[in-house]
Amino acid sequence: MVTNLASRLVSRWDLEETAVKAKAFSYFRAATIDQALDAHARAGDDARFIAGGQSLVPALSLRLQAPRLLIDITHIGELRGVGREGGYLRIGALTRHCEMLSEPLIAEFAPLLHAAAPFVAHPAIRNRGTFGGSVALADPASEFPAMTLALDAEIEIAGPSGCRRVKADDFFIDLFETALQPGELITAVYVPLFKADQRFAFDELARRRGDYALVGCGMLGTFTGEHIDDIRISFFSVGNTPTRVRGAERALIGARLDAERIAAAQGALEGDLAPPESDEVPPAMRLHLARVLLGRLLGRLGEGA
Amino acid sequence: MSAPLTSLDRPNSYIGRSVPRPNAKRLLAGRGRYVSDLRLPRMLHAAFLRSPHAHAKILSINTDEARALEGVHLVATGADLAKICTPWTGTLDHFKGMTSAPQLPLPLDRVVWAGQAVVAVVAENRAIAEDALELIEVDYEDLPIVVDIDGAREAGSPPVNPGSASNVCFRSQLDNGTVDDAFAHAAHVVEEEFSFGRHTAVTLEPRAIVADYDPAAGMLTVHHGTQTPYQFQDLYSRHYGIPEARVRVIATDIGGSFGMKLHVYHEDMAVVGLSILLGRPVKYVADRIESFVSDIHARDHRVRARMALDAKGEILAMDVLDLTAIGAFSTYPRTSVVEGNQVIRLIGAPYRFRNYRATLEVIFQNKVQTSQYRAVGHPIACAVTERLVDMAASKLGLDPFAIRAQNVIADDAYPQTSPTGYRFEALSHQACLNRLHELMNYEGLRAEQVDLRKRGVYRGIGIATFVEITNPSPAFYGVGGARISSQDGAIVSLTPSGEVRCLISVTEQGQGTEAIISQIVADQLGLAQEHVKVITGDTEVTPHGGATWACRGAGIGGETALQATRALKRNILEIAALILQEQPSALDIIDGDVVDAGTRNQRMPIAEIARIAYFRSDTLPPGTQAQLTVSHHFAPQGYPFAFTNGIQGCSLEVDVDTGLIKLLKHFIVEDCGRVINPMLVDEQLRGGIVQGLGAALFEECRYSETGQLMNGSLADYLVPMPMEMPDIVIAHVETPTADTELGAKGVGEAGTAAASACVLNAVNDALAPLGATINSIPITPAKVLKALKRF
Amino acid sequence: MSGFGEAHLEDADETVRVRFVVNDRKVACEVAPRETLVDCLRNELELTGTHAGCEMGACGACLVQIDGRAVHSCLMLAVQADGARINTIEGLTENGAIADLQAEFHRRNALQCGFCTPGMLINAHELLSQMAQPSREQIRDALSGNYCRCTGYEAIVDAIDTVAKARSAGGTT
Repeated sequence: MVTNLASRLVSRWDLEETAVKAKAFSYFRAATIDQALDAHARAGDDARFIAGGQSLVPALSLRLQAPRLLIDITHIGELRGVGREGGYLRIGALTRHCEMLSEPLIAEFAPLLHAAAPFVAHPAIRNRGTFGGSVALADPASEFPAMTLALDAEIEIAGPSGCRRVKADDFFIDLFETALQPGELITAVYVPLFKADQRFAFDELARRRGDYALVGCGMLGTFTGEHIDDIRISFFSVGNTPTRVRGAERALIGARLDAERIAAAQGALEGDLAPPESDEVPPAMRLHLARVLLGRLLGRLGEGA
Repeated sequence: MSAPLTSLDRPNSYIGRSVPRPNAKRLLAGRGRYVSDLRLPRMLHAAFLRSPHAHAKILSINTDEARALEGVHLVATGADLAKICTPWTGTLDHFKGMTSAPQLPLPLDRVVWAGQAVVAVVAENRAIAEDALELIEVDYEDLPIVVDIDGAREAGSPPVNPGSASNVCFRSQLDNGTVDDAFAHAAHVVEEEFSFGRHTAVTLEPRAIVADYDPAAGMLTVHHGTQTPYQFQDLYSRHYGIPEARVRVIATDIGGSFGMKLHVYHEDMAVVGLSILLGRPVKYVADRIESFVSDIHARDHRVRARMALDAKGEILAMDVLDLTAIGAFSTYPRTSVVEGNQVIRLIGAPYRFRNYRATLEVIFQNKVQTSQYRAVGHPIACAVTERLVDMAASKLGLDPFAIRAQNVIADDAYPQTSPTGYRFEALSHQACLNRLHELMNYEGLRAEQVDLRKRGVYRGIGIATFVEITNPSPAFYGVGGARISSQDGAIVSLTPSGEVRCLISVTEQGQGTEAIISQIVADQLGLAQEHVKVITGDTEVTPHGGATWACRGAGIGGETALQATRALKRNILEIAALILQEQPSALDIIDGDVVDAGTRNQRMPIAEIARIAYFRSDTLPPGTQAQLTVSHHFAPQGYPFAFTNGIQGCSLEVDVDTGLIKLLKHFIVEDCGRVINPMLVDEQLRGGIVQGLGAALFEECRYSETGQLMNGSLADYLVPMPMEMPDIVIAHVETPTADTELGAKGVGEAGTAAASACVLNAVNDALAPLGATINSIPITPAKVLKALKRF
Repeated sequence: MSGFGEAHLEDADETVRVRFVVNDRKVACEVAPRETLVDCLRNELELTGTHAGCEMGACGACLVQIDGRAVHSCLMLAVQADGARINTIEGLTENGAIADLQAEFHRRNALQCGFCTPGMLINAHELLSQMAQPSREQIRDALSGNYCRCTGYEAIVDAIDTVAKARSAGGTT
């Protein structure tokens, strides 16, 4: 699962190197979070954590990244497991994408993630890639980071200065840039439990199954009858970060979900999104696709999704 | 002498029978032996530093640090290899006036595309070689670049090759009949400009080569993932000055080729030189990124075409201008102009009209070289022709089937010569059209389309007729001076234990060459297929021949095997007749036994004949010399090419809000003459169609204004994957060629030839009620939405 | 493994010893940390049935089973697999686990050049272990990351479909 390869490759030619074998690095397998943090602290900026490695390993092979030390966190038991904690579902950072599909607790209490999971790459990648790794990488074209926004999830981070929880709304800062500081790692993601009066919808438009979407969207609404009490809508593949569309949300909250409101929400997207220049998907086209997708998903939400 | 070829009920009748490929079991068990798997003692690994510039002067190269790195054995530049390798030029004499710059393994002073190999490093392993690449410094000075067709043709455009007057590689014109007159008097004229993106082959195994020069023996052995070992034996011999008999090229299992692996690549020539310089085996396997910037690309055409028709819809004339952009030079040894040449000669091929004019202009630019890739030129010729036919049908209010039925050359009207000069022996357009109409339930699809449109669902139905070039004679390359054989050779032996071994010059890339050759040998000799062993792809062992390309394996290779086996059978029966005191004509061979030709009563096993001939020749009559090995060559005569034909149809759905296209079902009726193995033929068609569907919807090498390939990875260049591809329904019409006993023609290009045209027509059919048209391949969501004015 | 030591940083590209169970045999191997599992399998263990097609997880030619699940061996470092159970096409052939798939691929000619085939078989094996009677659509979805340039996929889908039905009929699932 490689991200934004096209643009990176062009710059790679500028580096005049062609590579498919990684630069040399050292490897350390941590047994505990403390060990992992300690190793990173001592190695400094040249260290990287590796979990599923589905994005990092190809980046290493292509020499897009060349750390001195790789700290393998996949054997840290504290990072595993899915369970209820108060009003939240705690999803351990090492939960694999395939478990997002197979774990009954996810299907019941975070059905939006369950719905998004089949769209994440391909089966063999889902067998290895981790939820925490995907959120940490914060690829703007990935499904899960965007869904943490729609879910109002909180991201639990361990670092040299202790443990903290960051709201998804505050986590994604810029292209591949998050609230994670050097030497910190995600330990779990907390998702508010899905409730009986909530509805969700997810879909994406992609040219081929498993490709990065031209545009993708997930939403979670709280309803009284057909009246929208609250809704959070998050897009991916629309800019530098996963993106909540607050204008569209405002157009819907407090209203009855009907064709007029859907049109208003679609209209609001122009203010919410500023898609980047791209030779294949011009900004105006991406905005058009976002409107189409939003309309379709709200339609499904209206049908009880 | 033997029973009719079509009879499937007699023993050992393998021609026409679907039997699995004997050699596929190894591959299923993970026991393939691909060049990328090969490890030889003392083998080293090569990697290449590549140019980041599309066009630049090389000012200096500093390799000191790289040479000093532990594990590095050699760092070589263009100058180092130029001392031992003579340059090559990708022109052929029969393409009058074409030009191309001479090439060396690595450039001396100028790079002409981004991704061109500049410096080679040979090291203990690939990772160390790549470490060393990072330590090499090259100073470049940018030169003006040419990256699009219009820019390249403008007066005053910077020359891709300094010193040349223009960026034109080759110009050609055809003019038959009275084109201007036909257009002047036509009731209807349709006209369109089409564009076809650059594609590349994307074989799953990248190019791979292991060169092993033994200075003690003066012998070069090259394990090469290629379709054409004999061609490379000749080239390595001539360019490195090694006697041909001391160059051995071994082409074992290969992970796909599709024409891409029969061209000369700079890296491959360099690896041979590196091995000569080091006296050790050197391996190079292109990585996927390198493949995208160094494998040949194909297509990249812009065609303006118009068609004149009379009031009833009879096609009167076509007038075509094909502009095609290649690389900075023409590919060696088959050139980069064959595709354009085939485009202008195949346009209009299924139809009866006589007035045709076409101009071809082949243009240099600063991108990687283009050359022959599956279905060379066919998809472009087919799409241009078939789209214009559909546009005409729409203008005249005719159904697409009806206008084709009205205009195709009648099945009983052969032989015919096309207005472009091709001679057709016998084609079956009418039969194919009728069969397709029924096969795809055309009326049903149309009715469904009407219903669905009422609900805002836009289905499209497209059809496309095609003509395919197969079984090429020396008219293809030989007349142009290329040392590329159009004949094939086979050596067929009865082994001492009564089995048959066939060494043959055609090669296997997974299409089933070895399987069909064993079918033909078993069928013609009269024994079980499992007792036939076929050996291919080793110039030291198999006789010299053209090998497998341009759909010649079954037609020419198959005929070679057939004639060789008949000769062996005659020899076996002569010995049998002596032993049995019979006339040879009274005997036959069935299931490995010599039998009475009339009664089929068993007389003796051929194993017994082999035993006597090899071990007890003393018991044969004096003067008898048993010839249980036959070597035989066959070159096609008669028609210069065996043309085939067919028609494809498809049904698809366009999401008019997103521009995404869902392929629902694809159909083909195809006529490749005698079918040797129906299952293998069908799988050639399916694979070929999907390659065409990839081209239709997904594949395109996209370049930036600075000549950088922007989507050169398997995550960015979209190949057709399982989820998006439809099931494909296949039917056959069989019109054997009378030029051979076997009657087989080729089938490798047929699927690719018309699939993209079919999709183009179907998408336009779907969009017709919305007043939008598409004239460009690949048909991306952006193009669809643009046509629909959705953004 | 014990805690982190400074030696870890000085050892860049020094080989380390890893142990796996490969095709039911215990194997120890000296690998550089930068070596991917596919390179380790192909070069150190000479298991060349696992192929490298893109080395970025986009083609599926390098799929192997790790602890029972299909994984891209190009997207994993050999050191990461230390302690894992790995099955390659060679092992699955020898233990007969995919014999029916292989036979049906052969009968149906669901391969041409064969380079994608080991990856296709590994993925098909995983699909059928999770889903007894997948639809053609589900089969295509499961193979959505496996590239084949030769066949056009239909024969592969046919073969897997046939085996799924035969297994269900035979009650072996």
